[in-house]
This record gives sequence, structure tokens and C-alpha cells, in this order.
Amino acid sequence: MQANSSDPIVRFENVTKAFGELTVLRNLDFDVAPAEKVTIVGPSGSGKTTILRVLMTLEKPDDGVIWVDGEPLWHQKSGSKLVPASEKHLRKVRGNIGMVFQHFNLFPHMTALRNVTEAPIHVLKMPKGDAEQRAVELLNHVGLGDKLGHYPSQLSGGQKQRVAIARALAMRPKVMLFDEVTSALDPELVGEVLNVIRELAEEGEMAMLLVTHEMGFAREVSDRVVFFDKGRVVEQGPPEQIFGNPQNERTKSFFNAVLRH
Amino acid sequence: MPNEDNLFVKIRNYIFLVIGLLAIGIAIGVELMINPPESPPFDLLPILLRGLAVTIELTLLGAALALVVAIVAGVARASGNIIVRTIVGFYVEVFRGTSILVQLFWIFFVLPLPPFNLSLTPLQAGVLALGLNVGAYGAEVVRGAIGAIPRGQIEASIALNMPPGMMMRRVIIPQAMVRILPPFGNLLIELLKATSLVSLITLSDVTFQGLALRQSVGRTTEVFLLILVIYFLLAYPLTLGVRWLERQRQWAT
Repeated sequence: MQANSSDPIVRFENVTKAFGELTVLRNLDFDVAPAEKVTIVGPSGSGKTTILRVLMTLEKPDDGVIWVDGEPLWHQKSGSKLVPASEKHLRKVRGNIGMVFQHFNLFPHMTALRNVTEAPIHVLKMPKGDAEQRAVELLNHVGLGDKLGHYPSQLSGGQKQRVAIARALAMRPKVMLFDEVTSALDPELVGEVLNVIRELAEEGEMAMLLVTHEMGFAREVSDRVVFFDKGRVVEQGPPEQIFGNPQNERTKSFFNAVLRH
Repeated sequence: MPNEDNLFVKIRNYIFLVIGLLAIGIAIGVELMINPPESPPFDLLPILLRGLAVTIELTLLGAALALVVAIVAGVARASGNIIVRTIVGFYVEVFRGTSILVQLFWIFFVLPLPPFNLSLTPLQAGVLALGLNVGAYGAEVVRGAIGAIPRGQIEASIALNMPPGMMMRRVIIPQAMVRILPPFGNLLIELLKATSLVSLITLSDVTFQGLALRQSVGRTTEVFLLILVIYFLLAYPLTLGVRWLERQRQWAT
């Protein structure tokens, strides 16, 4: 199924996460190959977003180990044992990962350009001129070359989300996470954002992990679709198989429900 | 090209504005002292204005201390560990929950005694009392403003791999400033007015001069009318300055 299953860019090993009584990830084992595009679909509250959030270090898993590019994310090696990661280790491994959020989360007090240059200049310590040049390229690439000096409040939802994509790309992550990035958009603005992501998927070298309700889009860009429910992977495979000929009863009834309207 | 140091420029402009207005006020005061108008009640002005320098000095130094205390304590209370939060919380509640006059007396009369043995000049005591008292209120303002920043801003900062200090400085505080500014304007004016209390620890500020003048020449109504006007003329530019500063923001939430 994966070209490099021996050497994944992301590996979840027996990962469990609960919020109080509610277990959202149950002993999850899950790999993503370098450059692989994986879409996670499933009912609301099934824990899809939590997969992205523990990988972005926004939530701490209760149990299990997550590996990113061969390094443990929430742990570090101490001799032959794994101990909880220091802030320094966490920052080092986290640098491989970027994320685009449902609600954009742009910095409202910075222009589009500065939203994109802020972290490269201050976190990656890039020279300001280089960071701005790269930011202009990225914003051009997402079709916002004429909005460099605009503040987020002056942009539409679709434009904001494209700035957010440029901002995440500026950090050159190896894995990019897209968390329901079109769910907060007006329907007529969804297309412009999906087009940008589609182009990114075609360019190729970055692994992408998407949680989405856009089934047509998922089918089109994914190498693999994962159907996730109640904290577990129920079924996974190439999009044609999962959408066209699902084997599991729950997968079938989910697609029946979402694809019929 | 966007201005990289917008906030800094705004604060600098504001400080220039306040210093400029104070300079004009002091110039007028000096002129009135050298060339006192004859007609009552203005003949009383030169003596009252002798206290102006003390009042302004206390306001500026007290405000500087209060600002630092408010930001440090506010940030600590919003994001520090439980021990830091408890200690800072204790400070805030004690200084908000007791009278500033009593605090002033403690700092000036009690601290020099054993077991503290800490003697301060009246000016130091005044600045410390004003800074710590107003700083405690300011800390609550800062804490509230930080708490109102949407969670998504913190998550975006983590996703961009910012360390916590950088996140605070570059993402959270600049946005919190919007909520902080108006109440800080109020606190600054409160601080200015509270400087009148230092007349009770022998500092000869405007109020002190007024009380002395009333004892020597009587004319109670005229003395207190002039004091009233002096405080208002000091406070009003601060109000205008803070409003002007609020208008400098180019972005909307």
C-alpha cells in the first residue's frame, strides 16, 4: 500500500488519547509515507481532528509513541529508554510539521505579508529580505500577490485561508496537516482553497494529512483514504476502493449518508 | 511595506505627546511664577505651582513602575506555573483589597522599623506605593486581556514553532494591547489623582502646597478651586493621549 512502509515520515504506535470518559484515539497504529497524501474521513466526534492535533503537539497523547521522520515526537531517547520530551526536543521535531486550521487563526495585527514572514524571521532566523522574498513568492503562488499589505480583517474567508496555507508553507514542513480547512468557508469560496491544496498535492514532495468533509476532493487528491470511527481505523485503502467498494458495514452506511444529499 | 515596529512607534509617539504637553504646562507654570498675575485668585498660583514638579515626577515614576508591575504580574498570572500564580495572586489581592493610603503609611512608617529596617525617602515611598497599588489593578487588566485572546492564536503560534516567550511578545501582548489601553488610561488618571495622598508623608506636591497656603492665608474656596483646575489640566491631556493612541491601530479583530 505504501511505497516506503519501512521508513514512514509519520508513525503512530499504539497511541491512545481520552478526554475524560471519551476515548478519541484507541491504541491507534497508523503510518504516513514520505510525500503520501492521506485523507481521513469519518463521522463527527470520531477523533479525526485529534490525530492531527496530537501530531501538531496541540494535544498530548495519554499513551503510545508518535514518530516523525525517525524521531519520537512526545518522547526523547535516554539510553535505550524513551522519556517524556523536553521543550527543546519537542520544538526540534515539531519543526517538521505544519498545520492549516479550520478557522484560519491568522494573526489579526499583522498584514498578510507579515503573517507569512513572522515565523521564518523569528523562529527560523532567516534574513528579513530572504523571508520577504519567499513570502511574496508564496502569496503569489496562492493568488494573493496583490494583497501583501492587507490585514486579515480586509480579506475574505477564502483569502484568509490561502494566506494561512502560505504561512504554513513558509516553514518548509515535511508533513502538512489540513484540519477541515474549508468547513468555515462560504460555499462559493471553497473552490479557491481546494485548488491551492490540489496544486500542492500535485507538486508532490510534502506529505499531506487531510481531515475533510469534501468527499469529491478527497477522492481526487488522496493516495489513501482512511475511514475513522470511534477512535479506530475502520477501513483504509486507495480512494477508488474506499469510496467505490467499501467492505465494512459502518463505512458503507457513512458514505450512504454523506453522499446521498 | 507594513511597519515592523508599529506598537513601538505608537508608544514612542504617545510618550513624546505626553512630554510635549507637560513641557507646555510647565512653561506656562514657570511663566506664571515669574510673572504672577495680580488679580485674585491667580496671585495664589505661584505657590501652588511649586508643587507641580513633585506631582508630575510622582505621576511619571509611579506610572512607569505600575506599567512594569502590571505587565509582569499580569503575564505571570495568566501563564505562570501554579506557585508563581499563587504568589502574584496574593500580591494583587492584598494591594487591591486594602487602602492605598494605608499602603503608603506602611511603606513610609512601618518598613523602617524592625524587622524590615527598610528606610525610604518620601519620594521613593510614594512611587513604590503608587506603582504597586495601580500595578495590581493593571495586572488584572493584563490578565483579563490575555485571557480573552482566542485559543486559535496560541495554537497557530505553536504550529509555527514559536517558543512561549516569543508567542507572548509577538502574538499575544500586541493583540491584548487593544483591550489593555482604555483601562490603562483610566488607571493613569487614577494614579495622577492618587499622588495627592503623598502630601500626608511630607512630600510637597500641589495638594501639600494648597493645604499650607490655606493655613497661612485662608481663602479656602479659591485655593481648592485652583487645585481642582490644576489636576484637571494635568489629567485631561492624558485622556486625550490615550484616545489618540487607541485610534492609531490599523487592524481590526
